[in-house]
Amino acid sequence: MSLENRVTEIIVNKLGVKPEEVAPSANFQTDLGADSLDLVELMMDFEDSFSLKISDEEAGNLKTVGAVVNFLKDKGIEA
Amino acid sequence: MRRRISKQRKAEVEVAYRRVVITGLGAITPLGNTAAECWDKALKGISGIDVLTLLDPDLFTSKISGEVRNYDVDEHFDRAQARKLDRYTQFAMIASREAYKMSGLGSDGIDPTRLGVIIGSGIGGIHTLENEYLVVLERGTDRISPFFCPKMIGNMAAGMVAIDLNAKGVNYATITACATSGHAIAGALDSIRLGRADAIIAGGSEAPMTLLGLGGFCAMKALSTRNDDPKHASRPFDRDRDGFVIAEGAAVILLEEYEFARARGADIIAEVAGCGMTCDAFHMTAPADGGEGAARAMKLAVEEAGMSTSDVDYVNAHGTSTQLNDPNETAAIRTALGKRADEVMVSSTKSVTGHLLGAAGAAEAMFTALALRHGMVPPTATLENPGEGCDLDYVPQKARKADIEFALSNSLGFGGHNVTIALRKV
Repeated sequence: MSLENRVTEIIVNKLGVKPEEVAPSANFQTDLGADSLDLVELMMDFEDSFSLKISDEEAGNLKTVGAVVNFLKDKGIEA
Repeated sequence: MRRRISKQRKAEVEVAYRRVVITGLGAITPLGNTAAECWDKALKGISGIDVLTLLDPDLFTSKISGEVRNYDVDEHFDRAQARKLDRYTQFAMIASREAYKMSGLGSDGIDPTRLGVIIGSGIGGIHTLENEYLVVLERGTDRISPFFCPKMIGNMAAGMVAIDLNAKGVNYATITACATSGHAIAGALDSIRLGRADAIIAGGSEAPMTLLGLGGFCAMKALSTRNDDPKHASRPFDRDRDGFVIAEGAAVILLEEYEFARARGADIIAEVAGCGMTCDAFHMTAPADGGEGAARAMKLAVEEAGMSTSDVDYVNAHGTSTQLNDPNETAAIRTALGKRADEVMVSSTKSVTGHLLGAAGAAEAMFTALALRHGMVPPTATLENPGEGCDLDYVPQKARKADIEFALSNSLGFGGHNVTIALRKV
């Protein structure tokens, strides 16, 4: 599965949104209905799924789906 | 003080407060997933108790329980929502939706700030607590879900019901073990009488089937170990009783100010006429000798209702099927009602539901209200041979048709908490 698909799957499971809604430009809070606690859990899910740590500062910049995908790619995650 | 001539009694009854009535009921218990199903089974004496399936029976001495059956989370909540709701909160929301719908308040309209919720739980989100504790032990404190706190706390059921039904009025949770939902109903009664609310959804919810939940009660030797005969394990007042049977579920009643209900043409199920609240101040778990505290609670409820003990037609007992409760509660009924005790009907619906703990008081108030409405008293379904110190009319095995007008529902909790709710036919 591609990185994008894996990320989409995590978001769909966590936030209960449809895969079609998970566009790269989608903002977790304003587009996908995530509240602050959802965001924390989402970041934890990414950490667990991709075996990395995301600092609070880094998490603060991950506001969109695309930002997360790029962040993971920068960390050397391919899929 | 207002005086009201009771049509039923043709006697003067002094009523000091605004009258409070019941216009909605909701329940999800081992008897069924709606109030009607639960009532039907209770009346027929069909037990909801069976072998344990939610946990591994090999781990426990009591291998039987009252479990909610045919429960499909997806029928009630979407996945994302369900993840944030402990099982006890889910049950509370389902029962509350039913009661609210039954009342018709949604369509008739009520100012949200005048609609309250008082729902308690004995232990709250213990599923969440145990699951998250495992995460901590296995993976560390930085893996705790950010939803742990809000999911686990004992007031979240009340909070989530309020969000679900847009109830912006009085809102809190009660915790008094097995008397929890009795206290919730008493609190709702008080708030409506004082004019703080026009309607309140009151009751309790319990989802205790976890390692500690079931295991803890096993450790106290409080539970029945009649594992080969689950349907007859919960046998209140019976000679061969050996403890209570743990159960899960939720029940709520919707209390409403009488004039408000009448003005909108609501179908009124029964009147909540009074309550009595006392404490044994005796022992952490054992009731006071002779059920002294419970006797006082019953007398207070009768007095507050403006009635006399000779008016009591039916008592829905706490009746847990333990060695201590049943004879002590019997003694309490005798002390409270005097010679009326030999004429009154007493039954324990725990014979078929098991012990719903925080939800018991509301489930039993619901059964009592329906008994008044329908003139049918649910039986102590499993009673075969009354035990020592148990010598009242417990309506054994079969429901009884009886034109009852005034009844009491007892809830007696660990910690010596006693609540009696007095209900009157309308």
